[in-house]
Amino acid sequence: MDNESDLKPVVSAAEGNDSVHVKLKINGKDYALDIDPRVTLLDALRERLQLTGSKKGCDHGQCGACTVHINGRRVNSCLCFAAMHEGDEITTLEGIGQPENLHPVQAAFVACDAYQCGYCTPGQIMSAVALLKEPCGREDADVKEFMSGNICRCGAYPNIVAAIQSVRQNVKPQKAG
Amino acid sequence: MKTFQLTRATDSAQAIATAAEATTAQQGAEIRFIGGGTTLIDLMKLNVEQPQKLVDINRLPLDKIEALPDGGLTIGAVVRNSDLAYHPLVRKNYAVLSEAILSGASAQLRNMATTAGNLLQRTRCMYFRETSMPCNKREPGTGCSAITGANRGLAILGTSEHCIATNPSDMNVAMAALEATIHVRGTKGERSIPIADFHVLPGKTPQRETVLEPGDLITHVTLPPSAPGSRSLYLKLRDRASYEFALASAAVVVTVANGKVTRARIALGGVGTKPWRSTEAESELTGQPATEDVFRKAADVALRGAKPQSENGFKVELAKRCLVHALKLATQTA
Repeated sequence: MDNESDLKPVVSAAEGNDSVHVKLKINGKDYALDIDPRVTLLDALRERLQLTGSKKGCDHGQCGACTVHINGRRVNSCLCFAAMHEGDEITTLEGIGQPENLHPVQAAFVACDAYQCGYCTPGQIMSAVALLKEPCGREDADVKEFMSGNICRCGAYPNIVAAIQSVRQNVKPQKAG
Repeated sequence: MKTFQLTRATDSAQAIATAAEATTAQQGAEIRFIGGGTTLIDLMKLNVEQPQKLVDINRLPLDKIEALPDGGLTIGAVVRNSDLAYHPLVRKNYAVLSEAILSGASAQLRNMATTAGNLLQRTRCMYFRETSMPCNKREPGTGCSAITGANRGLAILGTSEHCIATNPSDMNVAMAALEATIHVRGTKGERSIPIADFHVLPGKTPQRETVLEPGDLITHVTLPPSAPGSRSLYLKLRDRASYEFALASAAVVVTVANGKVTRARIALGGVGTKPWRSTEAESELTGQPATEDVFRKAADVALRGAKPQSENGFKVELAKRCLVHALKLATQTA
């Protein structure tokens, strides 16, 4: 190496050109795009790739509506710069299931009526799918704790918990109460 | 958000040399290392942080948790909070650390946030986060809006007339009680900093929060072996049951033999401008019977220097009760 102190920008805005070239792997498909380095993964998904399942709520990592999986783990995509995720396996709601082929968690949300307006639902489902593989205890209280990063302003929480528990316990989904 | 150049470090020396070109490693740093980004990107969106260059350190080989020959533990700088909290050795030997991490943030944020990033977590003081308001931490010399403003969640220990911002981390409180050592590589080589000396009080320079200088890269954190026979726990009191910052919290590591406390390590969260170790409370406990009266005396000592503001006087008693209850739980016989 000529000079260790010279860190080459892997991605940077060239002078007079704000965009940088990034390759992302999303739901098993490769995408190449030119973006400003400030673009979050959430904005890249929604505004550039038309993957609008992930929602923007607070845009500050407080509401969970933007939850996606990176290398199998749930994260807030609003607090990720897209350009930092080359080489990572990104999974969005679109990669979890489709209308004709719902993921069991999606089916349980429908059966349990686990939403009202539906805006937070993609993030809730992405968190719930991740939770199935996390060290979460058996009780409803454990599920509530593990789901606390996903806010639902309609207050559909009881049915969200019921939906998740029905999948975990492999029983017929039933509404809470 | 201001635009920036994004670089990816492939070795530590490169990262350090790049970051050393900044004039400060504190508030206003022109160059920032980025790990999980959970604090930094949030503050960049608010224009509180405006780095011109980001150095992505996520691909550096600093992601291991390993047992040390002396029985201690070494934790890499970019180990994610969730990996640390669920590590078998942490759950077995450092329960207070696992509990503290799992009591903070959300599952998503814990999957992102790193060990080093959590050590450098910034205050949640609303005036620090709001660029239209005066704030000595964000913009030195402009004044402290919190002292005459909304200060219910802010600090009562270690404050100055210039800043009363709380250190919001739960992990740091456990690390303080465990007497963690922070290992840093910089332009002048490596050094080890006890966590008690890592964060600095606001004094007249609240923009300075740690002893880090430009180019300093936290590489790992080490924990000493857990004290034989000790029990540890983290108790956090807050406005809602989950996903909320502490109003008061206590990390305790305590050993009891024949009904007497033989060793105690105490740190408080949610009440201090830095993770608040109380060696005074530890001295008060050591050699005394493990009774509620003794715990109460220790709690009084821990909060002796408390300086409440207009809205957070309740924290004095809350923090005392938090510590007393934590000690009761940690010393009760099974």
